[in-house]
Amino acid sequence: MRDYDDIPGTYVFDGRRSRQGYPLNQFLMSLNRAENREAFRDDEAAYLDRFPLLPEQREAVLQRQWLRLLDVGGNLYYTYKLAACDGMSFQELAAEQTGMTPEAYAEMMLSGGRPIDGNRSRSEWQTSGSADGGGG
Amino acid sequence: MARVVGGVACSHVPAVGVAVDKGLTGEPYWAPYFAKVEPAREWMAAVDPDVCIVVYNDHASAFSLEVIPTFALGLAAEFAPADEGYGPRPVPPVEGHPELAWHLAESLVLDEFDLTLVNEMDVDHGLTVPLSVLFGQPPTWPCRVVPLCVNVIQYPPPTGHRCYRLGQAIRRAVESYAGDERVVVCGTGGMSHQLQAQRAGLINVAFDHGFMDLLVADPEAAARIPHLEYLREAGSESIELVMWLVMRGALDATVREHYRATHVPTSNTHNGILILTDA
Repeated sequence: MRDYDDIPGTYVFDGRRSRQGYPLNQFLMSLNRAENREAFRDDEAAYLDRFPLLPEQREAVLQRQWLRLLDVGGNLYYTYKLAACDGMSFQELAAEQTGMTPEAYAEMMLSGGRPIDGNRSRSEWQTSGSADGGGG
Repeated sequence: MARVVGGVACSHVPAVGVAVDKGLTGEPYWAPYFAKVEPAREWMAAVDPDVCIVVYNDHASAFSLEVIPTFALGLAAEFAPADEGYGPRPVPPVEGHPELAWHLAESLVLDEFDLTLVNEMDVDHGLTVPLSVLFGQPPTWPCRVVPLCVNVIQYPPPTGHRCYRLGQAIRRAVESYAGDERVVVCGTGGMSHQLQAQRAGLINVAFDHGFMDLLVADPEAAARIPHLEYLREAGSESIELVMWLVMRGALDATVREHYRATHVPTSNTHNGILILTDA
């Protein structure tokens, strides 16, 4: 347990996650090249064979499980490259990971964003009945 | 002797770059933000620096997890806009300043900041969005740029204290340069934002203004803010604010605040601009 593990709904990309996610993030990084994006779009499964992904990482990519991608070691900025490949904006990716609809999330941001009160500690989420956060 | 003629802090939200590139700055969503940008552009145009040292972070563009430099200094004559996964931004290439950059490299390493030296790298929105914010859409950027890339993606980033001390060393390095360049140091990123997981969308305006107040009046205290406080209070991606401390370190202990503006939302971020000079 590290001090920041108490922050709810948050994946701090530390050494634990970086080790777990290395092959996944190497795949995601490869999408910086246009020819690789094209090859991935042409045959996702075949393209993923180039990378030694864990089964759960491969599944999360193929099924576009955006929150699970963080849980299996994906870094947010790397994960966005897959979302961008699908034509999503950063805000749409964030909305997906919160479980909100894009419209509700956009409305929350227009209203000043998610407030800090009630969102500092996992204990606050447990007492308020909110979904359990990431991390840990 | 070269001189530091000012410090600018500026968020580097990718959607701001998209708004500029696609001509959306007059749209109802963006117009209020870009109205707040205008005084910063006027200040930059009046100061007309020869060089900006832009302290920014790379977002899995030039650097992957293969090599993770904590501080990387760009020495090249030119830096191309990076393809971050959706094609490079349609902005001019960034002209470097190899002679000043090499002087900074030598001075900073001998001053005990163990930089990574980079002869070839593309620059992503972390660097080019602040240029768009501060200069608009000129055919070529009006000044040369020395990129200083800070790791804030792989935890842990350098401490705020280390960044502040690096800024102080940059000031010494600039002032020991034989040229007569007038230099603005830009610290980019922040302010409060969290782009990931169930807590995404977090904004803490009170924290951000408190941070700005402290950065202006008591930078040593701002430099002591621990990583946990940024992460918890202002969102996981707000830790980029340590880069503002590099800028602040390059200025005197006492500064004059020329301009401050913030705006929410710009995509997922409480966007901040702060302009300081020595008092």
